Amino acid sequence: MTISRAEVCAVACADTWRDAGAVLASPFGVIPSIGARLARLTTAPELLLTDGEAMLLAEPTALGAEAAGTVEGWLPYGRVLDLLAGGRRRVMMGASQVDRYGNQNISRIGPWDKPKVQLIGVRGAPGNTVNHTTNYWVARHSAKVFVASVDLVAGIGHDRARQVGARFHDVRVVVTDLAVLDFTGPDRTMRLRSVHPGVSVAEVQERTGFELAVDSVTETRLPTDEELALIRHRIDPKNLRDQEVPG
Amino acid sequence: MQDKVLTTEDVVSRLADGMTIGIGGWGSRRKPMALVRAILRSPLRDLTLVSYGGPDVGLLCAAGKVRKVVYGFVSLDSIALDAHFRAARQRGELEVAEYDEGMVLAGLRAAAARLPFLPTRAGLGSDVLALNPDLRTVTSPYPDGEELVAMPALRLDAALVHLNRADRFGNAQYLGPDPYFDDLMCAAARRSFLSCEEIVPTEELLAGGPPQSLLINRIHSHGVVETPNGAHFTSCAPDYERDEAFQRRYADSAKPEQWAKFRAEFLDGDEQSYQAAVAAFHAREEVPA
Repeated sequence: MTISRAEVCAVACADTWRDAGAVLASPFGVIPSIGARLARLTTAPELLLTDGEAMLLAEPTALGAEAAGTVEGWLPYGRVLDLLAGGRRRVMMGASQVDRYGNQNISRIGPWDKPKVQLIGVRGAPGNTVNHTTNYWVARHSAKVFVASVDLVAGIGHDRARQVGARFHDVRVVVTDLAVLDFTGPDRTMRLRSVHPGVSVAEVQERTGFELAVDSVTETRLPTDEELALIRHRIDPKNLRDQEVPG
Repeated sequence: MQDKVLTTEDVVSRLADGMTIGIGGWGSRRKPMALVRAILRSPLRDLTLVSYGGPDVGLLCAAGKVRKVVYGFVSLDSIALDAHFRAARQRGELEVAEYDEGMVLAGLRAAAARLPFLPTRAGLGSDVLALNPDLRTVTSPYPDGEELVAMPALRLDAALVHLNRADRFGNAQYLGPDPYFDDLMCAAARRSFLSCEEIVPTEELLAGGPPQSLLINRIHSHGVVETPNGAHFTSCAPDYERDEAFQRRYADSAKPEQWAKFRAEFLDGDEQSYQAAVAAFHAREEVPA
């Protein structure tokens, strides 16, 4: 069986937790959820995982089988909000828009008083980004998402963090269906770290609404045999990953 | 001890136009939906809602009851966005105060403690400050000199929450996995009204769960309503899970031609006729609740 794009993405997401230590992993989306479980089973055994509600699970469960997991702790929403202020958490959020400094929008598109599109609201993005490591997952890399200027800053980027002296700000990586990007470009702007196998640098640039730093682009690593087995048989046996990243 | 048992109509009669009302639960979870439906049937208007928003916000917006919403998000959980809230926003008819989820928590805690504000890091550098021009920052008086957001107290005229069990005196118990912020909503409010699946004698409360499940005690509640299935169509574990099929029907009703139909079918009668219409919906659609 050939390795799918979704599997490459899941492993790239897993790598964002590899040095996290004993922190709460909060993945949003199918591929990040696979990634957090995979990290917990391979490189990051101390990660805390939840059932998506208030229970901490001792062992990673298959996607959709959270209710069957052994509970090792209790973390209702109120305690999540307290815990994140203490910094022991690493999230991977979605993004409706991201700019070159990593400012993120999930709130609305268009004017504030009468939005063209009302989205979910800022949620925990402002608090997450000033309190602990935050990464992003974008399932469809396009110039509509990667924009010169976001309509509203929910998650704060490196320019904003610098302005307000946000000392715990740590936005590191954006994983997409095409590539892995970070913020090690000039003035902490977005840099193309790696393209997934079969994707060209030109294609990523074309589908990004601003210029990326592309000084030393590598190819995103492939999953190991162990990782593939864990993804296919243990973490996502129903293959939900292909619905989020087809092909 | 004062017997606080009321009907949903009694609760609504104690609310007034223009009030700021906190609604418990989270997203599409353990929302006091029977009380929300009672507001829909009433002439109440111009409400300001403070909510970790779900279909409570959506329904009240759809029915034109809302002047302003104070929230961190509005979501149906299994459906990412509430189409009614979205439509009301996109028509430009709502005033909003959008905060980080942790800022809402800080605001409720400040109100519960009668403090003017609480400092929080959440919101710094984001557009939440620009969108809420009344927000101020505060500088630490200690050597760190850190600048923080001074989240103002979110004082509530009334709180509405739904729990699994309560006694007649307003002691109430949650039996699901998460208390959400119901206790804080009640503590932040001048008057709090709670609905529950079942009113039980006080001595039977501990038969349902451990002492830690007794979330709200009677000093923080001014009325108790027994509303079986009263969180429907949101979840109320362990009594019932979310009614996903009905929630999809609700979400579809945001299309202009569908809302009048949805309202006539489910909302124009009393709570009993709502529950009967939901049962008929499931019988017709052959989808279990």
